[in-house]
Amino acid sequence: MAEKAVIEAKGVNLVFETNDGPVQALKDVNLTVGKGEFVSFIGPSGCGKTTLLRAIAALETPTGGTLTVNGMSPDAARKARAYGYVFQAAGLYPWRTIAGNVKLPLEIMGFSKAEQDERVRKVLALVELDGFGAKFPWQLSGGMQQRASIARALAFDADILLMDEPFGALDEIVRDRLNEELLKLWARTDKTICFVTHSIPEAVYLSTKIVVMSPRPGRITDIIESTLPRERPLDIRDTPEFLAISHRVRDGLRAGHSYDV
Amino acid sequence: MRAALPILAVLAVIVALWYAATVWMNAPWVRDQAARAGQEVTTSQLVRETMSQERPVLPAPHQVIAELWKGVTGQAVTSKRSLVYHAWVTVSATLLGFAIGTGLGILLAVGIVHNRAMDLSVMPWAIASQTIPILAIAPMIIVVLNSVGVQGLIPKAIISAYLSFFPVVVGMVKGFRSPDRMQLDLLKTYNASQGQTFWKLRWPSSAPYLFASLKVAVAASLVGAIVGEMPTGAVAGLGARLLSGSYYGQTIQIWAALFMAAIVAAGLVFIVGGIERATLKRMGLVR
Repeated sequence: MAEKAVIEAKGVNLVFETNDGPVQALKDVNLTVGKGEFVSFIGPSGCGKTTLLRAIAALETPTGGTLTVNGMSPDAARKARAYGYVFQAAGLYPWRTIAGNVKLPLEIMGFSKAEQDERVRKVLALVELDGFGAKFPWQLSGGMQQRASIARALAFDADILLMDEPFGALDEIVRDRLNEELLKLWARTDKTICFVTHSIPEAVYLSTKIVVMSPRPGRITDIIESTLPRERPLDIRDTPEFLAISHRVRDGLRAGHSYDV
Repeated sequence: MRAALPILAVLAVIVALWYAATVWMNAPWVRDQAARAGQEVTTSQLVRETMSQERPVLPAPHQVIAELWKGVTGQAVTSKRSLVYHAWVTVSATLLGFAIGTGLGILLAVGIVHNRAMDLSVMPWAIASQTIPILAIAPMIIVVLNSVGVQGLIPKAIISAYLSFFPVVVGMVKGFRSPDRMQLDLLKTYNASQGQTFWKLRWPSSAPYLFASLKVAVAASLVGAIVGEMPTGAVAGLGARLLSGSYYGQTIQIWAALFMAAIVAAGLVFIVGGIERATLKRMGLVR
C-alpha cells in the first residue's frame, strides 16, 4: 500500500520549555506514512498525538530528529501548501457565508474568481453541503459546520489532510455518519489522511494504520496495520476481525499506562 | 411601551427633585428682596417667585426648556442667537476631531499589534496623555497653533481628537487581538501573509470592538470641541455660549447650552449605534 513515504519521522523529539521546566511532548518518534494511507493517532490526553500532528503541519518545531513531509521540511511543505488542516472546532468565520468560508484559503492563495467559485461548488458537493453556500455558519448544525470546515481544508486540493479530533465535539450518531462519509471521501479523492482521535472504534473503523501513543513522555507504543478491507460498511464494527484490532489497540493503550497507574 | 414606563418614572423623579431644589436654592434671594422692601412673603408667593427669576442660582426646568425652545426656533438657524447655529459650529469641530481621532487610534492600534517596539512603548504614552487635564493643555494647543497661523476649526478638532483617539486605541488593540490561536494557526497553514491575516481576520474580528469604542469616542470628541471653545474667547459654539453665560450670570443660557450639548451627544451616539447595528447585521454578527 505504501508506495512512497509522504511523511517520514526519524527519532523525532519535541521538548516544550515551560515555567515548570522542560516537558517532553514527543520522545523518539519513528513513523512512515505512505501515499494514500489513512493513519490514526490514538492515545490518552497528553500523549503528544496533537503535538505530532502540529509538528507535521509546521505549527510546532521538533527539537530533535528529522521530520519530512513530501520529502521536504514541514515548513517548506507548509509554504508549498501541501496539506489541509481540520481543527477540533469548525472555526468558521461568523461574518462569512459557508461559501465565503470555503473560499477563504482560495482567496489567500490567489485563485482566480471563476476558479474559486468552481472549486467551492465542487467541494461543497463533496461534503454534501450543496445548496448551503449562501447560509451563515450559525444557521447550520454542528455536524454541518464541521463538514464545511472539511470542505475548506479540501478546497485547494492539497494531497495531505491533517485532522485533529475533527468529530470530537459531536454526538455519537452524527459522528458515525461523518466517519462513513469521510471514508467515502477518502476513497474518492485518494488523499493521505492523518487523523487524531481518542475513540478506539473511530480509529479502527477509519484507518489503514493505527498509531497507538502514550504519555509522559509522549511516544509511540504500537503501530498496527489494519487488515480490514478498504470498503467498510458501518456494520463491519461487529466482525471478529474488527474486534481483534480494537483489542490490540486497547492492549497497546493499557501497556503505555501500566507503570504510572 | 413597557420600556418607556421606568424611563418616564425616573424622569418624573428627577424633574420633581429639580423643582424642589429650585425652590430651596432660589428662596434666599426672594426672602432677601422681600426683607429689603419690608414685605412679608407667603409660601405660594415664594414658590412662584423662585421659578421666575431672570438670573436664578438654579433655573427651573420649564425656564430651561423655554430658553432652549427659543434658542432653537426663535430665529433663523444662521442667526448668532440660534442654538442650532452654535451647535453646528461645535458639531463640525466634533466630527472633524472624531474622524482624526478614530483614524489615529486605529493606526496606533495596528502599529501596536504588529510591532513589538510600539507594543511596549506606545500604550504608556497614550495613557499618560489622558491623565493630563484637557483644560490645562487646550489653551496651549490653541496658542501654539495660532502662532503658526492655524486657527478656527482645526485647533478645536485637534483637542477633540486628543480625547477621542484613546478609547479607539484601547478597543482596537483588544479587537485586533481577539482572534484565538486556532484561527491564527488556520491562516498559518494557508501560509497567509501578515497583511492577509489583518484584512481577512483581524479587521473583521475587531468590528464589535470598533463600534463600542466609537460610541465612547464620539461623546469624548464633543467634550473636546466644547472645551476647545472655552479658553479662547471663541465667539461661536456651545462652549462659547457656556462661557458668555457665565460671564454675564445668565444661568438659564448656560443650562440651555448644556442641554443642547447633551441632546447633540445623545444624537451622535444614537447615529453611531445605528451604523453599528446595520454593519453588524450585514456582517451576520447579529441575527
